[in-house]
Amino acid sequence: MSFQDILLQQLANGLILGSFYALVALGYTMVYGIIKLLNFAHGDLYMLGAFIGFVVLSFLSAFLGDSWTGILCSMVLSMIAVGLLGVLIQRVAYQPMLSAPRLSILITALAVSMILANLVMALTDGEYLAFSTDLGYDGLELGNVFITYTQMVLVGAAAVLMIALYLFVHKTMYGKAMRAIAIDQDACRLMGINVNRIIALTFFIGTSLAASAGIMAGTYYGSIHFFMGFVVGLKAFTSAVIGGIGSIPGAMLGGLLLGLLESYGTQIPFIGTEWKDVFSFGILILLLVFKPTGILGKTEIERM
Amino acid sequence: MTSPDSISGAANQADGSGGPLGWLESQRNRLIVLSVMAAAAMLLPLIANNYVLEVMSNVWFYVMLCLGLNIVVGYAGLLDLGYAAFFAVGAYTTGILTSQFGVNFWLTIPAAVLFSCVAGIVIGGPTLRLRSDYLAIVTLGFGEIVRIIARNLEITGGASGLIGIEKPSIFGFEISQIAHFYYVFLILAVLACFVSYRLQHSRLGRAWQYVREDEDAAEAMGIDRVAVKLYAYVIGAIFGGIAGCFFAAKMTAISPETFTFQQSVLILLGVVLGGMGKIPGVIVGAFALVLFPEVFRDLGSSRILVFAIVMLVIMLYRPEGIWPAKKS
Repeated sequence: MSFQDILLQQLANGLILGSFYALVALGYTMVYGIIKLLNFAHGDLYMLGAFIGFVVLSFLSAFLGDSWTGILCSMVLSMIAVGLLGVLIQRVAYQPMLSAPRLSILITALAVSMILANLVMALTDGEYLAFSTDLGYDGLELGNVFITYTQMVLVGAAAVLMIALYLFVHKTMYGKAMRAIAIDQDACRLMGINVNRIIALTFFIGTSLAASAGIMAGTYYGSIHFFMGFVVGLKAFTSAVIGGIGSIPGAMLGGLLLGLLESYGTQIPFIGTEWKDVFSFGILILLLVFKPTGILGKTEIERM
Repeated sequence: MTSPDSISGAANQADGSGGPLGWLESQRNRLIVLSVMAAAAMLLPLIANNYVLEVMSNVWFYVMLCLGLNIVVGYAGLLDLGYAAFFAVGAYTTGILTSQFGVNFWLTIPAAVLFSCVAGIVIGGPTLRLRSDYLAIVTLGFGEIVRIIARNLEITGGASGLIGIEKPSIFGFEISQIAHFYYVFLILAVLACFVSYRLQHSRLGRAWQYVREDEDAAEAMGIDRVAVKLYAYVIGAIFGGIAGCFFAAKMTAISPETFTFQQSVLILLGVVLGGMGKIPGVIVGAFALVLFPEVFRDLGSSRILVFAIVMLVIMLYRPEGIWPAKKS
């Protein structure tokens, strides 16, 4: 393979990885933007999305087959289920803690994350489950570079979801309410916005996006595992920070950028795939030293 | 259920003399209880079998780790999710220096302290300037980095880890039996308690409390909040590093899988369970942490699930822990 081929192949790999990161990072950033909470459980909701999608697909495959129709239906159902679970978690675990010290709510979020991961571990005996689909390996050949149709559809689906989210946040009343709450919750309440409902909506959308990424990852990698949300959660957080936490276009940009950085980074001599995670966390730490507001983030002025 | 009510409820119960532990208020009763417990801890190896000693050494070991993390989480109010990394730094320093360079065990301790300090400054320095949420996630990433490095380097023995770490000896007496290690860890735990107590009541301890309760007000009073937090982070790291040295000496073999995220969470749970920021609370937490899985053996790998649920319930209904600190 020539140098250009490697560049192009890694571009394809990086874009798909980046789409997953971006979808998960969106939920992080939306929740952080609206209630300033780092939702540690977010990566586990991504994992849960994949597992619920797996269960639904194994029921649906008898009627709809293992191909795109079945995957799409199970993705929609899983997104709804996980989204509702996200709202439930927010109501039960986070709502009562909003006025408590920051440390308490962070520990609460951590506990929720551990509960979700270990519950799935107990249910699956910690085994990898084969996410069996019937998509074939056809694709486009561009010289020595090979891109499967599956990869193209997944990147396309992620793009559709992100564009839909952008339009929702910027063109609808609900989106306007979300942006308003991120700026001043009390003023919103005085203006007659049902703040709790909008926060619930934010959780619903954020977690269902993570769930969609989970199913896509299951489809792409072909196996799912209870621990798959841990590293992706961390990477998604890194993406959100790269783009500027709280900023929705920033999360998309950050996710794609991190995906590309990772897939190109592993091509650098001496940085093999085993160092991939060290590479990304290294980026996170360097970023926090030199530009903690990220690319599109605004300098935050803490008010008292 | 509203959380402000439950917080003040817990506090009232703790400082009122009518609470279940009210009789401990008297200085004399307290001294009696303490000396009985100290005597029991000292005399335990005379009557207990090896299993009990093994478990109890583990308890003292976790007391030390939890007290170290308590300085970061309980005193300074920073969430550290990668504490196992410092424990790993200490364990690997001792492991590498003794097994590959033949350095005397006792000389590896200062080296471990140095490396833990450096690691603490490298991670804490940049992140402590930012919102405390960032520290939580960066420490999480750091914990993973250290584990991955240990897995992939040759000097750390890769995935299988290091074996054949020499048991230490002191004045020609070899510390090899479990009873010996029991006393070593007991001494370490007592030392950790003493240092924690002195720190808590020092000028620095009061600064931590101030920064924890109100960072901006503390800064307005002339406290350098970044420096104060960094002290907490580095001192916590040193506790973890020293604990790691003795862990390596006791186990004689270490592997990267000891230092996972789960390990960091377990130590954090010990701190949260008993009551952040209070030494007896943290000791109770460490006991619960080690004894619970021993008593409920059948739970097996779902013990973390049970722990996580307990952690959530504590945060929601009793955020100050089982045995909360008295509000003065």
